[in-house]
Order: sequence, then C-alpha cells, then structure tokens
Amino acid sequence: MSPFRRSPVIIAATVFVYFFLYAPIVGLILYSFNASRTNVTFEGFIPAYSNRVVMDGSLVVSSPCGPFHWYCDLAKNDDVTEAAGNTLTIAFTATIIATVVGTMSALALQRYNFKMKPFSQLSLYIPIVIPEIVMGIGILTLFSQLFGWINQVLNLNGDARLALGMATVTVSHIAFMIPFVTLVVQARLQGFDKSYEEAAMDLGANEWTTFRRVTFPMILPGILSGALLAFTLSLDDFVITFFTNGPGSTTLPIYVYGLLRRTITPQVNALSTVWILVVFVAIFLLQIFQNRNSTQHS
Amino acid sequence: MFQRLRESKSARGTLLALPTTAWLFVLLIIPLILTLIVSFGQRSPDGNVIYTFTLNNYIRLFGYSTDCPVGQASCFEPLYLNILWRSLSLAFNTTWVVVIMAYPLAYFIARAHPKKRSLYLFMVLIPLWTNFVIRVYAWMMLLRKEGAINAIIGWLMHLLNIPFVPFEMLYTPGAVLVGMVYEFLPFMILPIYTSLEKIDNSLYEAAADLGANSLKTFLRVTLPLSMPGMVAGTILVFIPVMGTFIVSDILGGRQVILVGNLIQRQFLDARDPTFGSAVSLILMVMTLIVTYFYTRKFGFGEEIVSA
Repeated sequence: MSPFRRSPVIIAATVFVYFFLYAPIVGLILYSFNASRTNVTFEGFIPAYSNRVVMDGSLVVSSPCGPFHWYCDLAKNDDVTEAAGNTLTIAFTATIIATVVGTMSALALQRYNFKMKPFSQLSLYIPIVIPEIVMGIGILTLFSQLFGWINQVLNLNGDARLALGMATVTVSHIAFMIPFVTLVVQARLQGFDKSYEEAAMDLGANEWTTFRRVTFPMILPGILSGALLAFTLSLDDFVITFFTNGPGSTTLPIYVYGLLRRTITPQVNALSTVWILVVFVAIFLLQIFQNRNSTQHS
Repeated sequence: MFQRLRESKSARGTLLALPTTAWLFVLLIIPLILTLIVSFGQRSPDGNVIYTFTLNNYIRLFGYSTDCPVGQASCFEPLYLNILWRSLSLAFNTTWVVVIMAYPLAYFIARAHPKKRSLYLFMVLIPLWTNFVIRVYAWMMLLRKEGAINAIIGWLMHLLNIPFVPFEMLYTPGAVLVGMVYEFLPFMILPIYTSLEKIDNSLYEAAADLGANSLKTFLRVTLPLSMPGMVAGTILVFIPVMGTFIVSDILGGRQVILVGNLIQRQFLDARDPTFGSAVSLILMVMTLIVTYFYTRKFGFGEEIVSA
C-alpha cells in the first residue's frame, strides 16, 4: 500500500484540477447554442424550428436548425471549409515525409556510427529547447530573403513570383516534426531485442529481407505513434504557420485567431465544439487500438 | 558503389541520416544564423534589411536611446528590459503554479488502479489536444466582465443580497497567468506521471517497514524519484511560455506585452525585422541559459518525450 493513496487532500486537488481543465471547455460548448449573436452573455437556446432564420436585433428568435443554428451557419461558411482542407492537406503531406525521414535517421542514430552523428543527434533537440517564435521568425526571414533574391535574379513578376503559401508551411512543419518522430522511434529501437534479427540472418535472410520482415514490423508501433504525434503537432500548430503562411494557405488555428481579433459570433464556439468532438473520437479510438495491441502482446 | 556502401556501415549511417540533417540544417540552423546576421543590420525606410554591422538594435534593446528630451545626448529608458523581465517572471510563476497543480493529479493517476489509469490519462489528453487558440478563447469568454465567472459570483451575491460590481479580469496580468497555466498544465502532468509510475511499490513497502511515516516517505522516496519528470515538465512549460504571444495577445490585450508580442509586432506591424531579430536572439539566449543551468543540475530525462 502506498502512502497518501486515499488522502483527502490528493483527491480534493485532483477534483479541482480536473474541474479547472474542463470548466472552460464545457462553457465553450454551452455558448455554441447561444441565441445571442454578439455572444457576450448567454441568452438561452434557440427555440422553435421554422423554415427561415428570424432575428430580433442580435437575438436569433428561431431557425430551421433550432438550437444547432450556429452549426448550420458554420457548414455554409466557405472560409472554414477551405481552412479545414488546408489544415488536413498540410498535416497529411508533412506527416508522411517527416515519418519516413525521421524513421531513417532514428535507424541511423541507433545502429550506426558516423562522422555527423553528434551533430545530427544534437540538432534534434533544437526545436525542444528553442521557443517556437524564434524558429518562426528565422524561417520567415529565410524565405523572404531567399524568395526576394530569386524573384529579382530571375526577374519574376505577378503570379510567377515565389511567395509564402502551402509549400512553405508544409516544409516548415516537416522541420519541427522530424525530431519528434526520430526521438519516438529511437526510444522504440532502444528496447529492441537484436536476437530476432540475428536469427533471421542465421536462417539465410539478407539484410533488406531482415529489415522488411523482422525489424520493420517490430518497430511499426513506434513509427505509428511517432507519425500520430507529428500529425497532431501539425494540426495544432499556430506559431510556425502564422509566420510562414500566405494568401490561400490559411489553416484553422490561423482562421480562428483572425476571428478572435474581430467580431466573435457563436459560430466560433460551434467550430471549436466540432473540433473538440473530432479530437475526442480520435483519442478514444486510439486508446482502444492501443489497449487491444498491448493485451495481444502480453 | 553499392558494394562499398554495404561494407562501410559508417557511410550507410550518414546516408540514412542525411535527409534529416539537411532538412534541419536548412530550416533550423540557417534561419538562426540569418537571424544573427539580420540583428546586426539596419532597417531601410521601406522596412527591408540593410546588411551592415551595427550594434544599434542591441543598444536600443538594453534601453539606451538617442531620441531623448532636449539637452541630453543619450538617456536610459528600460522599456524593453521591462518586457524581458515581465516575460521571465511570468514564465517562473507559470512554472511553479503548474508544478503545484500537476503534482497531486499525476500522483493520483500513478497510484490509481492500473485499469483506471488510462481513463484518467485520457481525461488529461482531451484538453491538451483541443487546439491552443481555442483554449485561449474559452478563457476569454469566462474572464470577461459579462462572462461566466462574474455571472456566477454575481448570482451568488444576489442570493446573499450583497451588492456586487463585476470584476475586471480580462486584460490583466492575472488573466495571462491563468491562460498560460491552463495551456501548459498537461505538459507537466504527463512527465511527472511517467516518472511516478516507474516507482516500484516495494520501495514504499520498504520505507514503511523501516518506520517512515507517509510524509517522510514522500520526501525521501517519491519526491526524489519524480525529479526527472519535474525537470522535463519544467523545460516543456518554461520555454514555450517565454515565447508565446497568443495568450497575452488575447487575454492581456494591450496591457500585458511580452517578448513574444514585441517580436511579432516588429515583424508584422512595425516592420523592423532587424530589431525583431535582435529581441528574438536575446530570447533564445535567455531560454538556453536557464535550460543549461537547470539541466546541468538535474539532468535531461527521457521523460521529455513522454508528453
């Protein structure tokens, strides 16, 4: 038996911290049903169903969607759809590239000795120990100076000019994702029993077959969790995207931030609620998947 | 060629690590070098960089100005030093508040029944995975004058027949602190949990057998063994707090300006990338110094990956 296990102090503190974590989220969801367009105070749920939206000043009196008025409003918002599309395109592309590249370097760092090794290992810690804004403005300076120079030398004009956009955001996301993928896969390789590989080699498999049939399947869970971590980092990223995006590459976090600086309607809350639900379902499925995996192994 | 590669393990390692090394070199190292070069440059009238070597940006940052009241050649105005100091003290305050809040929860989860642990952890992950910007917005709604906190207190006061003037909570340093604590709390819970979970139950039994009471067990067994988690958590909290500008932007308004806001404004509103680069480098140096002394004393645990 451990001490403090049933200590009322620990339990009270735990309840308080969970309350602190969830109260803002619950409030956010509640206000997504707000009848008030200005969204300053909660004016009740949007009541009756009708075939058109009836407004009284800033109050929504009735709507075809009922309490879900702001969700219907959100679905009709093309900017949101575009931002969601951009966010997913960037996250998918960047995750695939970062996972392949990151796994390769994890293998290199764990298995081989080479001249650049100390430098490679050290550079992985840069995104962890340096504030994101420092990276963000550095990358912005790089792109703006480089593009300015190329545009001038090649005499590019109008649409042909190189500018910030989807490509610059994706390339920058990959840069901060690689270290996380590498560190996660490396951790998996550290606990790896080499005798399986030796057995495969003894049975006549060459190195490539051994990797494909033995090593890769065994480190696959590590690769997948690295990829998942990278994917969520990309979805969530604000700072790097803020400094590297351009016209046409607005992501959801950037879009929401833009709204917060202007007028806020409950539509922002509806968007946040959908987002929270997607995250909830994703983590839930992941937990089930992981639990099933771990019970199969033991 | 291929034959040589197969024989030379060193070459294969280099080749496998090459894409990562190149990518990080171009997008992390070169930008940092460029920031250093630009910080010694001069702003051109149209907001571009003139590459020279001048220390003017650093002199300005440390408070010496040539733009002084009549009759003085130079003067000292610690405007930017105040911003640096404010950011540093906010990062310290956020870190200790977060440790105090995260520890009991991490302890509770680590000592819970193994079957329930994943549920409790799951409940920590949900707020963490909810987008950063959305979480700041949630606090903006709670803290404002007409917001939920004032409404609830007002309602209680009304029941007790006490006159109540709503608090001004938004756009104060306190609001920024609460926002920062909320944003980074999970980054402390997870590493502390990871190190607490590793502690073998037999250690507690041994401590009890040797006559230690629960306080003594906590101070002599639990706390020292959870240090790696706290160190990793501190790094994961302190560094981002130093550089974040959204929280202060939205919850602090124009009242609370941190280093992050200063840098962002130099690049977007004031259009002075040279001064922005200088501030950014000083920020980096400050965080590296703090991290260096901190990790040299306590080590750099593997718990850092757990979050």
